[in-house]
Amino acid sequence: MTAGGAIRAAAIVRLTSVAKTFANGVRALDGVDLSIAPGEFVSLLGPSGCGKSTILRLVAGLSSPSAGAVTLGGSPEEAARIRREIGFVFQEPTLMPWATVAANVGMALKLRHVPHREVQDRVAEALALVGLDSFAKAYPRQLSGGMKMRVSIARALVARPKLLLLDEPFAALDEITRFRLNDDLVRLWHEFRWTVLFVTHSVFESVYLSSRVLVMSPRPGRVVRDMAIPDAGRSEAWRMSPEYNALAREVSLALHAAMAEAA
Amino acid sequence: MRRTALLSVLVPVGVLALTVLAWHLVVTLGDVETYDLPAPALVVETLFRDWSILGPALWVTLKLTFTALALAVVGGVALAVLMAQSRWIALALYPYAVILQVTPVVALAPIIVTRIPDTQTALLVLAFVVAFFPILTNTAQGLRSVDHNLRDWFDLNGAGRLRRLWHLEAPSALPYFLTGLRIAGGIALIAAVVAEFAAGSSGAGSGLAFRLFEAQYRLNTPRVFAALLLLAITGVAIFALTSLLSAWALRNWHESAVPRDR
Ligand SMILES: Nc1ncnc2c1ncn2[C@@H]1O[C@H](COP(=O)(O)OP(=O)(O)OP(=O)(O)O)[C@@H](O)[C@H]1O
Ligand SMILES: [Mg+2]
Repeated sequence: MTAGGAIRAAAIVRLTSVAKTFANGVRALDGVDLSIAPGEFVSLLGPSGCGKSTILRLVAGLSSPSAGAVTLGGSPEEAARIRREIGFVFQEPTLMPWATVAANVGMALKLRHVPHREVQDRVAEALALVGLDSFAKAYPRQLSGGMKMRVSIARALVARPKLLLLDEPFAALDEITRFRLNDDLVRLWHEFRWTVLFVTHSVFESVYLSSRVLVMSPRPGRVVRDMAIPDAGRSEAWRMSPEYNALAREVSLALHAAMAEAA
Repeated sequence: MRRTALLSVLVPVGVLALTVLAWHLVVTLGDVETYDLPAPALVVETLFRDWSILGPALWVTLKLTFTALALAVVGGVALAVLMAQSRWIALALYPYAVILQVTPVVALAPIIVTRIPDTQTALLVLAFVVAFFPILTNTAQGLRSVDHNLRDWFDLNGAGRLRRLWHLEAPSALPYFLTGLRIAGGIALIAAVVAEFAAGSSGAGSGLAFRLFEAQYRLNTPRVFAALLLLAITGVAIFALTSLLSAWALRNWHESAVPRDR
C-alpha cells in the first residue's frame, strides 16, 4: 500500500485482510487491504468476477466479511453516522417498478423524513442533473437501460451523501452522456467534498475521474496496484494530453499484469 | 388490431350461441323429457317466473360469498403480514392454516354447524375458512419475494419496519395478493354452496344451494337449471370482477397488466 500512516489514521473506509467466501463455497475475496481518506475519489478496476461489487457491499455493511475487518471512520458512533450518509448505485438499476421516476428518486428523501415540499424541489433538481426532468412521471419499464441507470444515480445523489459507492454507473451509457456525467460527477465531487468509491471497467474513465486507482487481481480478488493520479484539472484538454494517455497506459499495463500473474 | 379486438368478442359469443342452439335442438328434435333436460328458453322463463324465490336466495348466497371473501382478505393479509415479521411466528402458525385448508369443507360442516346455533354464521365460517388460505399463502409469498437489492437499498436509507412494509413489501406483494384474491373469489362461492348443501339449512334465509336441492327433490328440473344458471353467472361475474380489479391495480407497471409492444 502506498497510502501512508497519516492517511490510514484518518481513513473513512478501511478494509484489513478482508476475505469473503459465499455460502456456495465461492471465494470472492482474499486478503483485501485498502483504505480511503475522506475526500478521495478512488476507482476499483479489475476483471469481471474479481469481487468489486462484493467490496462495495462490504463497505456499505450489506454483507459481512468471512475474515478480516471492514471499518468506517474512527469509532462505532462515526461508523453509524457514515453508514447513514452512504449513497449506493447498484450495478443493476434496482428501481421500484410500481413507482414513477420521481417517486423512485423521492423515496430516498421520504425515508429520511424530508418535508414534502422540499422533496419535490430536490427531486426535480436531481433529475435535471441526469437529464431526465421530462421523464419524472414515467415508470421504469418505459425507460431505456441507460435512463434507468441515470435514475438510480439521481436517487443516490438526491440525499446528498458523504460516501458514494458507485458500481459501474456509466457502463450502459453512450460516450457523450458518459463524458458529461463524468464531468458532472467531478464537479459535484469538488463542490460537496464527497468520498467516492467507484467501480469501473474503463481504464480511461478511472484515470480521468480518480485521485487513486486500485487494480485488483482475478478471483479471489486482492488489491495488487495502488496508483495515485495527479489532479491536473480535469478537462477536455487533459483528456487529450500525453500525460493522461501515459497514465492510462500504465494502469492498463497494471491490469494486464494482474491478470497474467493469475493465469 | 381492431379486427382482432372485434373477433376476440365475436368468437366466444358465437360459440356460446351455437352451444345454446345445439342444446335447444337436442331438446326439441330429440324429444327429451323436460325433467331430464329442459330447453334453454324454458330455463330462462323459469328464472323470471320463479324470481320471487330465486332472487332472495341469490341475495343470500351473494351476501355470504362476499362477506366470507372480505373477512378472508382482512384475515389472510393480516396473518401474512404477521408471519412476515418473524420466521418463528410463521413456523408456529402455518401448520394450522394448512390443516384448515386440506380438511374438506363437507367434513368440517357438521361439526361447525352443530356448534354454531345460527346457520348463516356457521356457513360464513365455513366459506371463510376456504377463501382465507389462498389469500394467506399468496400474500405471504409476495411479502417474501421482494427484490433483495431493493431491500438492501431500503436498509441503507434507514427505512424502519413500517415504512419498509408500506413502501416496499406491500407493493411487491400486490400482484401475488391479487392472484390469491382471484382464486379465493371463485372458491368462496363454491364453498358457500357446498357448505349450504352440507349444513342443510332451510326456510326464509336459505340461499341458492338449498333452493337447487329443494327443486331437485320436487323434480322441478327447470328450476334446478335456473338456479344453476344463476350460480354460473355469479361465478363468472366474480371472476370478471376480480380480474378487472387486478388489471386495474397493476395497470401501470406489472407485466401481467401492461400490453406488450411488438
Ligand atoms: N450472493 C452470491 N453468492 C455466491 N457467489 C457470489 C455471490 N455474489 C457474488 N458471488 C461470486 O463472487 C465473485 C465476485 O462477484 P462480484 O459481483 O463481486 O464481481 P465483480 O468484480 O463485481 O464482477 P463484474 O465486474 O462482472 O460486476 C463472483 O465469482 C461471483 O460468482
Ligand atoms: Mg460487479
